Amino acid sequence: MNTVLEVKNLTKFYPEVKAINGVSFSIEKGICFGLLGPNGAGKTTTIEVIEGIVPPTSGEILYRGKSRGARFREEVGIQFQNTELPAFLSVKETLETFRSLYGRKSDMDELIEICYLQEILNHDNRKISGGQKQRLLLAMALANDPELIFLDEPTTGLDPQSRRHLWDIVRNIKAREKTVVLTTHYMEEAQILCDIIAIMDYGKIIAAGPPEKLLEEQCSGTAVILHEHIDEKTLNSIQGNWVRMKDGVEIYPENLNDCIKTLMNLGINLSKMTVRPQNLEDLFLKLTGKRLRA
Amino acid sequence: MIRRIWTLFKARNMEFFRDRAAYGWNLLFPFMIIIGFSVMFNEDQQTMYKVGVIIDSNTVKTHDSENILVSVLEDIQYRNFRKTKYIEFIEFNVFNHALDKLKHHRIDLLINPRSKHYWISQTSPKGYIVEKLLKAGVENRKFLYNQKKISGREIPYSEWLFPGILGMNIMFSALYGVGYTVVRYRKNGVLKRFSVTPLKPYEFLAAQIISRIYLLFITTLIVFLGCTLIFGFKCHGSYLSLLVVFFLGGFSMVSVGLVVAARNSSEEFANGVLNLISWPMMFLSEVWFSLEGAKPWVKTFSAFLPLTHLVDGARRIMNDGATLFEIKYQLLMLA
Ligand SMILES: Nc1ncnc2c1ncn2[C@@H]1O[C@H](COP(=O)(O)OP(=O)(O)OP(=O)(O)O)[C@@H](O)[C@H]1O
Ligand SMILES: [Mg+2]
Repeated sequence: MNTVLEVKNLTKFYPEVKAINGVSFSIEKGICFGLLGPNGAGKTTTIEVIEGIVPPTSGEILYRGKSRGARFREEVGIQFQNTELPAFLSVKETLETFRSLYGRKSDMDELIEICYLQEILNHDNRKISGGQKQRLLLAMALANDPELIFLDEPTTGLDPQSRRHLWDIVRNIKAREKTVVLTTHYMEEAQILCDIIAIMDYGKIIAAGPPEKLLEEQCSGTAVILHEHIDEKTLNSIQGNWVRMKDGVEIYPENLNDCIKTLMNLGINLSKMTVRPQNLEDLFLKLTGKRLRA
Repeated sequence: MIRRIWTLFKARNMEFFRDRAAYGWNLLFPFMIIIGFSVMFNEDQQTMYKVGVIIDSNTVKTHDSENILVSVLEDIQYRNFRKTKYIEFIEFNVFNHALDKLKHHRIDLLINPRSKHYWISQTSPKGYIVEKLLKAGVENRKFLYNQKKISGREIPYSEWLFPGILGMNIMFSALYGVGYTVVRYRKNGVLKRFSVTPLKPYEFLAAQIISRIYLLFITTLIVFLGCTLIFGFKCHGSYLSLLVVFFLGGFSMVSVGLVVAARNSSEEFANGVLNLISWPMMFLSEVWFSLEGAKPWVKTFSAFLPLTHLVDGARRIMNDGATLFEIKYQLLMLA
């Protein structure tokens, strides 16, 4: 089998919280594995335990079937959720510094090109924008031409172009048979990039699999969006779930026909109603009961 | 391994040299101290004691003021006393005002040359000394001792101070440069980022140490040359020996800095600990003044401080031209 990473019964307990509470999964070579979950779900902790920064309370982590050793460090690339860059160095110097820490190196010019760093190459690390910094951090993660790449929220804080840009980079990496593990808060991103997603909450994986399959199994229905005020009693009389939005409500009915019939019988104005198929975000909300990015 | 250390070494050096503020400070600070002290301790302006003199205002009003002056100057004892170096004489018109100053130790002795009275504060050691000086003004008593010149070279205070300042600069730079930097690295995640590369902890530490010692070498060299040029200080021993002393001193300071940096990620706490270490060292390592005659426990404590030995060793080489062999004890303590 071509399993790159295997995690068995991982736990990490802090005095106040169980940050990871029994997590198991395995990742095949060449895929993109997405770890989703609300804030504080334990995503960062999980990947930091795997990276070897945080010691686990219990559990086993295997890289290519063996426990992680010097080879692991040489072959993985890591982008943290938030790190400062070494001060007083330029972008180019930072990259060179990191490149020379490894035995294997990716081509400098290629790295610069992939991550679009040409223009800021000689800028001081402290004088680049947030998006540029993300790109540099990614380039640093790729400095050793890694086999396995961890990206913790790589697109948080990026504008739509930069985000698409980053998606291109990730696709590019995948095309080279590399394995990517990423965390994100953007369902759209997960749907576009990830072959497998795992949704985490309270330190546990509550659903995992290919996004399409998860949707099909758990969230094949539709969402009804209304820009009207509807009281709770009415909403509760409809079979299914609902969420209040800023100027109305979103209903995930078990049966669309019944739902619309009920609403019509109550004389609610349906002229501005929208109906759409449910997406990963709905799935996420259904599973975690929280609204992301809210 | 060497390559990785070299990489970090280079990166750290660049960081240092580009940090103009820190770098400039490292160079400027010792110069300023030495200039400051050579001005302050310029012998002519130096005052150790202050004596208040009462000019009787009533008398001034009723008599011709020149008369008083003459009569005062006639008093030979008072005249000799006034010639004493390092005493500043301050004149007062109002007696109570002057007495108040004396009580608050603003002046060490109060004298009324007309009435031939003087006042001192019984508890003040300075007052006691000035009193002795006043009494010494009597010339008709036979002086039993003959002054002999100090044999050999006299060492001006600022020249004596110089190795101390260099040592202190090394101490601050090593302690803060290493301790603080590592804590900062840890706090802002740079250390974490390095920890997931094949870089090993000892490689990281080695790079920090080597880099800091190299930087110390350069800054000390510049300060040394600068002071030598500007103030004409001379090193009376071998430069190589000096280098060895400074190297070992730097090394031991850097190690202390690393110990501070170990396992703590609060810059404030590190700062506190570093202050705790550096201040006593600064005062108890004879940088500024000799501990000759201090309480025995202070001396014992001082002997545990690396700076003491660094400064002492450097002083012996620079001021006295000692050889490495002569200061083997100081070297041993540093190592
Ligand atoms: N060093 C720590 N000490 C104590 N508790 C911690 C520590 N690090 C994380 N936690 C706790 O563990 C839980 C999981 O945190 P984690 O950073 O893994 O969340 P996350 O899923 O990455 O969240 P986000 O989406 O906001 O990045 C949180 O409740 C957090 O408070
Ligand atoms: Mg996180």
